[in-house]
Amino acid sequence: MLDAAAPAPATPAADGAPPLLDVRGLKMHFPIHSGLLRRQVGAVKAVDGVDFTIRPGETLGLVGESGCGKSTCGRAILRLYDITEGSIRIDGVEIGHLSQHALRKHRPTMQMVFQDPQASLNPRMNVSQIIREPLDEHTKLSSAEKDEKVLELMDAVGLNRAFARRFPHAFSGGQRQRIGIARALALNPKFIVCDEPIAALDVSIQAQVVNLLEDLQEQFGLTYLFISHDLSMVRHIATRVAVMYLGRIVELAPREALYAEPLHPYTQALLSAVPEPDPALARKVERVILKGDVPSPANPPKGCNFCTRCPKVMDICHEIDPMPRHLPGGRQVACHLYEDTKTTTDPTAAHKPGHSSAQQGVSP
Amino acid sequence: MTDRTDPHERAEPPPSPAVPAGGAPDGGEIAEAAGSAAPGQSSTSLWRDVWVQFREHKGAVIGLAFLIFITLFVIAGPWIWQVDPADLDIRNKDVRPIYTWLWDREADVMWSRPLGTDNLGRDILANLMQGGRVSMAVGWVAMLLALILGTLIGVLAGYFRALDGLLMRFTDLMLALPLLPLLLVMMLLFRDQLRAAFGPEQGIFVLIVTAIGITSWMHTARIVRGDILALKEREYVLAARSIGTPSRRMITRHLLPNVLSPIMVSATLGLATAIITESALSFLGLGFPSDYPTWGKILFDSVERMERFPERVIWPGLCISLTVLAVNYIGDGLRDALDPRIRGR
Ligand SMILES: Nc1ncnc2c1ncn2[C@@H]1O[C@H](COP(=O)(O)OP(=O)(O)O)[C@@H](O)[C@H]1O
Ligand SMILES: [Mg+2]
Repeated sequence: MLDAAAPAPATPAADGAPPLLDVRGLKMHFPIHSGLLRRQVGAVKAVDGVDFTIRPGETLGLVGESGCGKSTCGRAILRLYDITEGSIRIDGVEIGHLSQHALRKHRPTMQMVFQDPQASLNPRMNVSQIIREPLDEHTKLSSAEKDEKVLELMDAVGLNRAFARRFPHAFSGGQRQRIGIARALALNPKFIVCDEPIAALDVSIQAQVVNLLEDLQEQFGLTYLFISHDLSMVRHIATRVAVMYLGRIVELAPREALYAEPLHPYTQALLSAVPEPDPALARKVERVILKGDVPSPANPPKGCNFCTRCPKVMDICHEIDPMPRHLPGGRQVACHLYEDTKTTTDPTAAHKPGHSSAQQGVSP
Repeated sequence: MTDRTDPHERAEPPPSPAVPAGGAPDGGEIAEAAGSAAPGQSSTSLWRDVWVQFREHKGAVIGLAFLIFITLFVIAGPWIWQVDPADLDIRNKDVRPIYTWLWDREADVMWSRPLGTDNLGRDILANLMQGGRVSMAVGWVAMLLALILGTLIGVLAGYFRALDGLLMRFTDLMLALPLLPLLLVMMLLFRDQLRAAFGPEQGIFVLIVTAIGITSWMHTARIVRGDILALKEREYVLAARSIGTPSRRMITRHLLPNVLSPIMVSATLGLATAIITESALSFLGLGFPSDYPTWGKILFDSVERMERFPERVIWPGLCISLTVLAVNYIGDGLRDALDPRIRGR
């Protein structure tokens, strides 16, 4: 029971494959400077202790309200920031605290697709130059080979070859996002962080881009961290879903389990806000309306981060920060509701054969 | 683990119907297809596009024509008009320009002195040519120096957070210093050493150019720093970082091209300021020696007798302002021509 709170792998590696990405205790705090001497007076705890793993070929959906630290988490994993604390292992290499110079040779493994397709393309470079940049930086191909590769990539993302010399302003949002995807694919990455890749697009285009991402995943065996605030889109694309609140992952579960039976009160509230197309069901589902605002990540509440808005708040929630607990079925939840043995999900069930070896590896 | 696809197998477009060939469904705004499918835009065709857009800007084309004319005038002019600008011809002093004869038949005009002579009998046309050489040289070199310094300091301060505080305090310090006294002190301190090192004229030239250059980069630096700070947070810079583009190429490829417009504006203003500051220095007796003409000095020397001989103020004045105006328009046109968003229209 005690060892459940110990940092064990988030998902027992049932298929035996080592995770492609293993994030432990990731913290990203942005210092706040103020006053005449610009002294540090605090920190925005945008990501405050996050653990998860992603297996090769799967898609982990990362959902949460705007401002809860999803983008920061994605960018920190790719080391676009210098992280405050924690470990990031990708493809067996620890990159959490490598220098940017040493990171350079690991960059091709991991790429990113950005939220705003307009802002993510340099307006002064044409499509071909944009897609070529990763090739220029990391390959020794001849100019003609690079040109050929650029055209292949444009085919792969469904861009007309004739547009290679155009500048980004001449494209629609969906096409710009395709350019961004082609750039991310150029170095044959294994892992791509998709930071709300469809949030800035028209609804009619969103499905096309998501389908493209799915096709590319199949074609090139990609692994995604798919960040979104759109729960129905995540349900469509993700194999597992992590729910984030104020810099923490409050619940992580396989997609079906999470949507069928959300455990954390925050997940329940989020899911009850998704419109239910079936009127009969819609009447049955009671909507949980959260009161108040998300607390500032610079000044999170004592105890559980969610205690200020939780409909099922208990005394202990204001005192002790709940640790993530592993539940059967590869689920993980950080909530005091699931800490006592009386709940339906008996923690001893965590010692079922499937992953007992992993647990024993940790306990003394 | 899934097999990595060989890069060369990617040639086939994905067969799935979900991927529209050519991105047609969301490509409504691109009506006509580009003429050629060659991806790497060769630099020659890029510059041809820039030139085509530049020619759209009437002011810029006229400005460029004038700049070429005035440059030829000051560089090649003395070979054609072979009169020594320093030649004193006291008997023919205060000759009026030839066109004065049109309304004043009594005026003292000479065909051999088309723009007249000054109070010492020096030929004004030859002086304008000689003075133009110096003024243009001082203006361009000082402007480029200030531009390079300002851009360098602005980029360093904006991009490297560790340098920001130090460099910006230094910039503020330079801005707070009163310029003219600073220039005077510099002149007094270094004039003699530089004269000894480079000879009287070159020494003064180096001194004036450096003095103007290092006292006028601050505005450029502040503008560039501000823009770099904003650009640094843009997602395309993050994308470049995720590719692993090193700082040097990050600056040259992603940041500098996007701060081109403010740099261009600073440049055109800088040229004007440099020419005028040089005149002011010469006027105070700290610039070039008195027998060494510049546009600014010809103008200042003639101000006292402006009413009787307006041409001696009008011609150098016109040279200065038209050059500055021309450069201004060229900068404007170039800025538009280099911006793909405008060029694409
Ligand atoms: N560079 C930064 N400096 C300071 N605070 C930041 C920075 N980037 C993000 N934040 C803060 O971190 C929190 C999380 O932001 P973000 O990761 O963008 O949220 P999300 O993507 O979930 O909407 C926000 O409160 C935001 O203000
Ligand atoms: Mg975000």
